[in-house]
Order: sequence, then structure tokens, then C-alpha cells
Amino acid sequence: MGHDVSNDFVLVLVVITALAFDFTNGFHDTGNAMATSIATGALKPKVAVALSSVLNLVGAFLSLSVAATIASGLVQTKLVTLTVVFAGLAGGILWNLATWFLGIPSSSSHALIGGVVGSTLAAAGSHGVKWHGLVQKVIIPAGLSPLIAGGIAALGTFLVYRITRNVQGRARSHGFRLGQIGSASMVSLAHGTNDAQKTMGIITLALVANHTVPGGSKAPFWVILSCAVAISLGTYIGGWRVIRTLGKGLVEIDSPQGMAAESSSAAVILLSSHFGYSLSTTHVATGSILGSGVGRAGAQVRWRVAGRMATAWLLTLPAAGTVGALSYYAAHGIGGSAGVLVMFVVVAAASAAFFVRSRKTKVTSHNVNDEWTGAPAAQPRVPVAA
Amino acid sequence: MLKNWINLSALWRIVVIGILAGAGLPALFAVGLRALSSDPRGGTLTDDDDRVVGGSPGGIAVAAVCFVVVLAAIGYGVYLIVKAS
Repeated sequence: MGHDVSNDFVLVLVVITALAFDFTNGFHDTGNAMATSIATGALKPKVAVALSSVLNLVGAFLSLSVAATIASGLVQTKLVTLTVVFAGLAGGILWNLATWFLGIPSSSSHALIGGVVGSTLAAAGSHGVKWHGLVQKVIIPAGLSPLIAGGIAALGTFLVYRITRNVQGRARSHGFRLGQIGSASMVSLAHGTNDAQKTMGIITLALVANHTVPGGSKAPFWVILSCAVAISLGTYIGGWRVIRTLGKGLVEIDSPQGMAAESSSAAVILLSSHFGYSLSTTHVATGSILGSGVGRAGAQVRWRVAGRMATAWLLTLPAAGTVGALSYYAAHGIGGSAGVLVMFVVVAAASAAFFVRSRKTKVTSHNVNDEWTGAPAAQPRVPVAA
Repeated sequence: MLKNWINLSALWRIVVIGILAGAGLPALFAVGLRALSSDPRGGTLTDDDDRVVGGSPGGIAVAAVCFVVVLAAIGYGVYLIVKAS
């Protein structure tokens, strides 16, 4: 195998893009763990994202069982080239940024899987994709996991309200807010064990495609470290737009509900990754939060917001796949290292555009808990004379 | 065939253990909280008081057991994750 310097250049671009994806994965998903704790005041927004960030970092080192499945179970790895991996990541990043901008908690995992499947389809045709693996390991778990998590959260919510019905209100809120810190921490840890693995798997796939490491290798340590740091930094930035939707948009949430929702999320995510299902932490967290609204008598659940999310979930795989496929055609059409470099610049420019546009309807740690007005991004604040 | 698409044995374990850990542990935490807030006369705090601890020795003991079990379950869960990798 001749050594080609231009391939190494492309590999560097792919690794940077993968880490950028991991970063978006972090801030897109901060809300999965911390939205309800922020909404109920169990943790101050900045403290919540810092705690979640540290636990994601720890979690990324704890378990490495999902990393293998993402690549080898879904596409024919021997057909995957660096350009395919790059285009897949481009699809994942752009879909993640679009949904973050709209404040929709869509699945980062599905964005990544959709992107890679789309670019593999474009490069190698239908036989490049392991359809059975895709349905069995991704699509069916995606359908079942929010239902299971929602059911468990509804049961948990019902039980905690039933058990503590005679406990004085303020004492109860105080106790469950403390409990929430623990349960939200577990979700953050679970997120680290689950989501950071996916980018590790993708970078390893790229290293295998470039023959830098032999097929079937585990992720090298620098890959584990850099992915852990990238997802942790992303988490610390805090995806306030998504946090707002999850914490305020779906259900008016109280601390007992928050604790029940997070416990359910943590249990379902950790159990599923134990069995090798790389399911979406976002789907699980959203299902749990909805369940916590269903399980409490008289709680308001905004099914319209939930419906919008479900639509985004259905669109995530095909949309990210389409962007992944188009990126592949563009990069491949231009050809070689130049093709990947051009698309790298395009993705960077598009990301910058999303960021600049988001400043107009900024959601920050200061207005994340404002009254829900029907839009994920808060209205500009009118100064009130106090 | 359904079983070609869904690993039923994994599914039922996720559901059953998920219920025990995901709903059972918060329920146990709630039992602890209720016990903790019960006052020495046997009732629970009902006045406008944001104290969490009611002051009943029996209640505190029950609460301690509940909280220790919850923490132990979480610790065991983390141990299993670390061991598996």
C-alpha cells in the first residue's frame, strides 16, 4: 500500500470535521440531561452545563461498547472511503445546526447515521448499506425507546406524587431538587458513555479507510481523548435553544417530574448501550419528559410541540442522508483532496451563517427559563422598570 | 419473523430492569423523603415550613435506608458499565 501524503491531508480534514460534529453533538444534547433541572431551578444554568460537561468527559472514558456497532453494523466498511466519511459528517453537522437553530431536540445520532448512510449510498449504491442492521439496530429502537422511556417516566412520576402526597409542598420541591441533581448527573454520564462513542467509531472508520490502522481496530487513545474533550466542550457551551424547548416547551415541569424523567432516561440509555443499541439519547429524554407530563394528574403537555419534534425525528435520517449524499457528489465531482477541501470550506461557511443568524433571536443562560410563548427562541426582552 | 428484527430478550430486560431502576429508584427516593419529613408525633410536616427533616428518629432511619439503597443501586450500575468495557 503506497503512502499518499494527500490522503493524510484529507484524513486531517475528516478528523477535524468529526470533532466539529462531536462538538455540535455536545451542545445539541446538553438539554437531554439538564433541561429539566434548569427549568425547575434545581441547578443554576451555568452550573448545570458545567456539571454535565465534566460528566460527559468522564462518561466518554467509561464505556466503549457502542463505538464498534456504529460503523461496522450499518455500512459495508470496506466500501467506505475518506470522502464518504467526510460527506456523512457534513450531513450530520448541517442537520444538527439547522435543528439547533430551530430549537428542535432532534437526534444527533440519527443525524450522523443518516449522513453516513446517505454518503455511502451515493458512493457505493444500495449494497453498501446493511439495511437489516439499520432497521434492527437504529430504526426499531428509535421507535420503541421514547415509548419505553415515556412509560417508565409516567409510572415513576405517578408513584412519586402518590407517595409524597402528604409531604408539605416546599419540603417536597426541595427534596426532589436535590434528587434531580443526582438523576441529571446520571443522564450526563450516560450521554458521555453513549454519544461520544459514536464519533470515536466514525474517526476509527476513517483511520481504517485510510489504512492508518488495520480493519477491526479499536479506537486509539488520542481518538478517545479528543472525542471526549470535544463533546465535553460542546456540552459546556450549552445548547440554550434546545434546553429551552425541552425544559419549558413540552411540559410545565416540577422537580418530582424532573427527577422521574431523568431517572427513566438514565436507566433506558444505560441499559440499551449495555445491549449494544446505539439509541438516541434525545428520543429517550424527550419521551421521558412527555411521560412525566402524562403521569402527573392535571399537568399540561404541549402535544403540538411534541408533534413538531416527532416530525423532525422522522425527517432526520432522510434529511441528513440527503445532505450527506449531495456532499459526496460535490466532493467526488470536484475530485481528490481539492473536493474534500472545498466542501470543508462550504460546511464551515454554512455553520458560521447559522451562528450569525442565531444571534438575532439569542437564547442564553439568562432567558432560557422565560415564559413559553410558542417559539423556541425567546422574544427579545423588553426592559421593565423594576 | 419478528425476532429477526427485535431482540426480544434484550427488549424485555430493558423494560423490566428499566422499570425497577427508572421508576423504582425515584419511588424509593420518594419513600425516603416522606419518611424523612414525618414529624415525631407520627404525622408529616404540613405547616408552612420548608424544612425537609421532620425530626422523627424512626423516619430518619427509614429515610437513611432508602437513600443508601438508591445510592448503592446507582453505584452498582456505574460499576457494571465500567466492568463491561
